[in-house]
Amino acid sequence: MYRSHVLVCGGSGCTSAGAPKILEVLNKEIAKAGIKNEVSVVETGCHGLCDYGPIVVVYPGPTFYSKVRPEDIPEIVNEHLVNGQVVSRLVHNAEITDEGIKSINETDFYKKQYRIALRNCGIINPENIEEYIATGGYEALGRVLTQYTPEQVIQIIIDSGLRGRGGGGFPTGIKWKLARANDADQKYVCCNADEGDPGAFMDRSVLEGDPHVVLEAMTIAGYAIGASQGYIYIRAEYPLAIERLNKAIAQAREYGLLGKDIFGTGFNFDIELRLGAGAFVCGEETALMTSIEGNRGEPRPRPPFPAQKGLFQKPTLLNNVETYANIPQIILNGPEWFSSMGTEKSKGTKVFALGGKIRNTGLVEIPMGTTLREVVEDIGGGIPNNKKFKAAQTGGPSGGCIPASKYDIPIDYDNLVGIGSMMGSGGLIVMDEDNCMVDIAKFFLEFTVDESCGKCTPCRVGTKRLYEILDKITKGNGTMEDLDKLEELCVYIKENALCGLGQSAPNPVLSTLRYFRDEYIAHVKDKKCPAAVCKALLSYVIDPNACRGCTLCARSCPNNAISGKVKEAHVIDQDKCVKCGVCKEKCRFGAILIR
Amino acid sequence: MGVKHCTVPFAGTKEQHEKLLAVIAELKDQKGALMPIMQKAQEIYGYLPIEVQSIISNELNVPLEKIYGIATFYSQFALNPKGKYQISVCLGTACYVKGSGDILLKLKELLNISDGECTPDGKFSLDCCRCVGACGLAPVMMINGDVYGKITPDDVEEILAKYE
Repeated sequence: MYRSHVLVCGGSGCTSAGAPKILEVLNKEIAKAGIKNEVSVVETGCHGLCDYGPIVVVYPGPTFYSKVRPEDIPEIVNEHLVNGQVVSRLVHNAEITDEGIKSINETDFYKKQYRIALRNCGIINPENIEEYIATGGYEALGRVLTQYTPEQVIQIIIDSGLRGRGGGGFPTGIKWKLARANDADQKYVCCNADEGDPGAFMDRSVLEGDPHVVLEAMTIAGYAIGASQGYIYIRAEYPLAIERLNKAIAQAREYGLLGKDIFGTGFNFDIELRLGAGAFVCGEETALMTSIEGNRGEPRPRPPFPAQKGLFQKPTLLNNVETYANIPQIILNGPEWFSSMGTEKSKGTKVFALGGKIRNTGLVEIPMGTTLREVVEDIGGGIPNNKKFKAAQTGGPSGGCIPASKYDIPIDYDNLVGIGSMMGSGGLIVMDEDNCMVDIAKFFLEFTVDESCGKCTPCRVGTKRLYEILDKITKGNGTMEDLDKLEELCVYIKENALCGLGQSAPNPVLSTLRYFRDEYIAHVKDKKCPAAVCKALLSYVIDPNACRGCTLCARSCPNNAISGKVKEAHVIDQDKCVKCGVCKEKCRFGAILIR
Repeated sequence: MGVKHCTVPFAGTKEQHEKLLAVIAELKDQKGALMPIMQKAQEIYGYLPIEVQSIISNELNVPLEKIYGIATFYSQFALNPKGKYQISVCLGTACYVKGSGDILLKLKELLNISDGECTPDGKFSLDCCRCVGACGLAPVMMINGDVYGKITPDDVEEILAKYE
């Protein structure tokens, strides 16, 4: 028995911030203090508070240390672990109050969260199956195999109201029912772990922090639809998640929880990994299956749907990582428990990856129906540097930008679609007044153009044309007709593209046109970029009150665009200025402004 | 996805060839084996030049154009060798709104190459990637797996100097 456990976050954010070094020093210092047999050091998955990594949590307590540096470790070991005194200067600052140190669960960041999919992340050692079992792991599988018929399992999932967490929000139970209904000698259960939405990393955190939950849920799904083989399609860019999944699969086989005759019930199920190779379109279900088959990951027309003819032409069930992560808890706690959370048509919780201009960057899991304001202001800690909230982008390249006027909308599938965005996989990027919305639309279109597979013309050619028009506008050459053309083309692409990627590609343009039309017009009519992002539309000017007439800028200008007398305010000739910014770099008085 | 021409002559060794043949023998009966074989081949050679694609084509009896089609479809497959130090700038949304576009511009300027290219001395190659999952550290760039977070364009030169 250990008297204390020290949890070091081994998620990607903390690892990048130096967690491996922390682990190394911690083990060394604990050995040096002679308490190796009393204190256990555990590398866990993500705690969610990525902006404050590396994170170290000491139990009992828990005491939550953030931004820990290797040189802090001797103090934590000697003061906390040996002498029993919390090192208050390292305790995550939000939790210190007048009454002493507040529990981490009482802080604004965690208070409004409710963790189902992420319940084990940051708590257990993901590389040890026994820790998963100790928190109720594989109990749901045992119950399903010994007490329920496949039809009963499917009914539980239908009753829970769970909807797909990967994007579209299709009811999960119905999907299972459709896959069960088709008879075949072989069926497949697939897991979409090709998290390609830039700015979303919840699936990665689940796989890195709690890999067994996905294996357990896929096995349950296999039993429900009558499949004996599963595939996890995972991004090759996630080496840590791949390593942990491989370990988890090996352990599950060793414990008889994967493979032949699971729990002695005669049910067989096994799982293999397939690595993606960096193609966003492979997140689309038919493209993903084509890719597993070893081809270019191009989508195919539906019908036939994967439930009829999917992977290798056999009936196939495909869900994403976060969807699976909810399944065992729904089985254990019952569908009523799950459907008691959320809104009328969106039940349970959703994980969001908060990023961009927000204080607490990281992963949060909130009940459906939480407002955007609560997520950004309360959980996310608001916008840094006294800037104003301008928009939140959800749904990645398929979603849209939500303006401040919709700040109080409860987040669920249908509300987001209603305001021109979508849930997507759960990326939530906050933008402030320094972000140009035309530039953001262009950024997403550049992505879509790059990632379009090329199979259908509306997407291959249409997105390119959208990009060109946006590029023209950001360079100050747009016309008002271009705005109409943009809208017309968007509608055409939405109606005619083959797959979800193409159909949703215009969303970033449509939503910014809808809510930030003024900004487009400023680019077109006034030739100005209000956020001062689009380089071609910026002009450098000299503030006459700040200029001392030192002549340094005039001497530095490569194009002789600056004139003025010594000790008098200088002026930039806008026709000659090439916007290189040298004058701004050289000026010692901050007199050069960008407008 | 533009395909860049390869100017470096192919210099595969006998050991590499044998390793590849062993991988092919091991995996070829698996369903959908082509992609895993190509991924292993890239691990062995560091990239996937046409010569390596031809070996796979001959061994699996799959047309070369199908293999080339796959190699150019997925961004993970490289038809050019990478530099000794592989630089990768995250252009995920979280990094982009925090200015990773300017980091990329600065790198292009300092190295005098475009993304997807390698410096003539083979030292640095420059690529963009989409989200490395370290959004808390945005903007992020990586050099051979070392992550540099919360950087500004002014930091770039100093970081590169570490790899001289």
